[in-house]
Amino acid sequence: MTDAVVDIRGLNKSFGSLHVLRGIDLTVSTGDVVCVIGPSGSGKSTLLRCVNLLEQPESGTVLVGGVDLTDRDCDIDAARRHIGMVFQQFNLFPHLTVLQNCTVAQVTVAKRSTSEATRIARENLVRVGLEDKVDEYPAKLSGGQQQRVAIARALSMDPNLMLFDEPTSALDPELVGEVLSVMRQLASEGMTMLVVTHEMAFAREVADRVIFMDAGAIVEEGRPAEVLGSPTEARTREFLHRVLEPTKLSTDEFLGDRAAPAGGPAMELPKIDPHGLTP
Amino acid sequence: MTTTTTTTRRLSPRQRAQRLRWAQYALLVVAAALAIWLADWPAIYKAFLRPDLILAAVTGGLFSALWMTISYTAGAFVLGLVAGTVVALMRLSPVGPYRWIASAYIEFFRGLPAILVFIAFSLIAIPFPGLQMPWEPYGTVWLALGLVATAYMAETIRAGIQAVPKGQVEAARSLGMPAMVASRKIVLPQAFRIVLPPLTNELILLVKDSSLVFVVGVSLTHFDLTKWGRAMANSEANLTPLVVAGFAYLLITLPLSTLVRRMEHSAEKAH
Repeated sequence: MTDAVVDIRGLNKSFGSLHVLRGIDLTVSTGDVVCVIGPSGSGKSTLLRCVNLLEQPESGTVLVGGVDLTDRDCDIDAARRHIGMVFQQFNLFPHLTVLQNCTVAQVTVAKRSTSEATRIARENLVRVGLEDKVDEYPAKLSGGQQQRVAIARALSMDPNLMLFDEPTSALDPELVGEVLSVMRQLASEGMTMLVVTHEMAFAREVADRVIFMDAGAIVEEGRPAEVLGSPTEARTREFLHRVLEPTKLSTDEFLGDRAAPAGGPAMELPKIDPHGLTP
Repeated sequence: MTTTTTTTRRLSPRQRAQRLRWAQYALLVVAAALAIWLADWPAIYKAFLRPDLILAAVTGGLFSALWMTISYTAGAFVLGLVAGTVVALMRLSPVGPYRWIASAYIEFFRGLPAILVFIAFSLIAIPFPGLQMPWEPYGTVWLALGLVATAYMAETIRAGIQAVPKGQVEAARSLGMPAMVASRKIVLPQAFRIVLPPLTNELILLVKDSSLVFVVGVSLTHFDLTKWGRAMANSEANLTPLVVAGFAYLLITLPLSTLVRRMEHSAEKAH
């Protein structure tokens, strides 16, 4: 067995006539943090959801920990127990307390005793800094707290791999930091992580590898300094330009041809002041 | 004349609404006055609210009948809840035949009057002379009422299951829960919370449908409220026992509908 936690070969996935993943190859080694970036609709979330088979791939193989999940006789429930997943919308169980959210799968699936499950859940809630919220219901928590519970819930199953599907996209800006700090700590402890994100600063700082996806394919991948610092592909550059410097976008970049009629001088457009400072 | 028209035209929307409301109150007062003046109150009183008969009703079997109505309803409700959950899960099953059977069942029993089912049960001894239901007469009533309740409750529960966000199943499955465990531990508890108010409404409907017991024919000690009220009204040649029976129904249904309103209110607050 290699040390690749995730080994994806020739992965294809379509939704109806929409071909969202076009022959993806991807490996994630033990202890690696891989961030997947790209415009919405590029297939990055679908790719992540294929890693624990929440989406059924059409062709290709998905090996996690050496087990082929696309094998039809694979025990997918057993495999998923070692793959933690964190969702954009948290998906905490609203009818269970914070502690029960973290113990329910341990007791029902991992067959741990209630006392052991509780001990493990509490340890993980301490890790995410929520030991004082164990008896609250999710509705009482802020978005950032809910997402940290979701991380603790996944960690309580002792995963070998953690999948993050835009974990901070549904959060108020001031709550993003607390979730990212938990993820950074997790990365420093050596957790293997595959993270779909729009947080470029996080990717630059924490990721071992950054993957840029567009139109269902991996366009560029490498060290964060390379992909984010000096991308070789034009599409990567354009994406980063839009994401990192949204206020510097000039109108003809997104208005395209309409802004500059052929043969004539550029159409007179009202000057847009991104800071709204013009009196 | 001209001045009046102009003043009318100049009424503000608030003034116009106020006048309309005064008119509505006036109408109400006039109607009430007419009713008080025209109705033959002593006759009405004697026909519907004779105190001696109220007393006789309360001491003569009202509580037994009330208890029977509650027993018939409760049994049918439990049966409908259990079987309704099963039918709802069948309706959502990936296995085609299960879905078809569930749909056929629901459409059949929702589409026919409950009284027809009761009539069928009252005649069942003709083709099957030896057939003996357990816990008679409860067995027959529970089954007849339960069969119909199952169809309605299955649809309600199905809607509740489908109202649980897809992310809940995904979260449960991604933790390694098999589909059955995810249903039992995650989806169904949330679904039942969602359908608690509509299910209570169905319980209220069942309370009233339990009056169909008269069709299958039960002994005096097993009379439900309607049957008992009717029998007493017949023998006394007076409607008072029926009024008493009616109020006894309200004794069950009003707390239930208050409960529904409370649950709906607290559900609103929770979100």
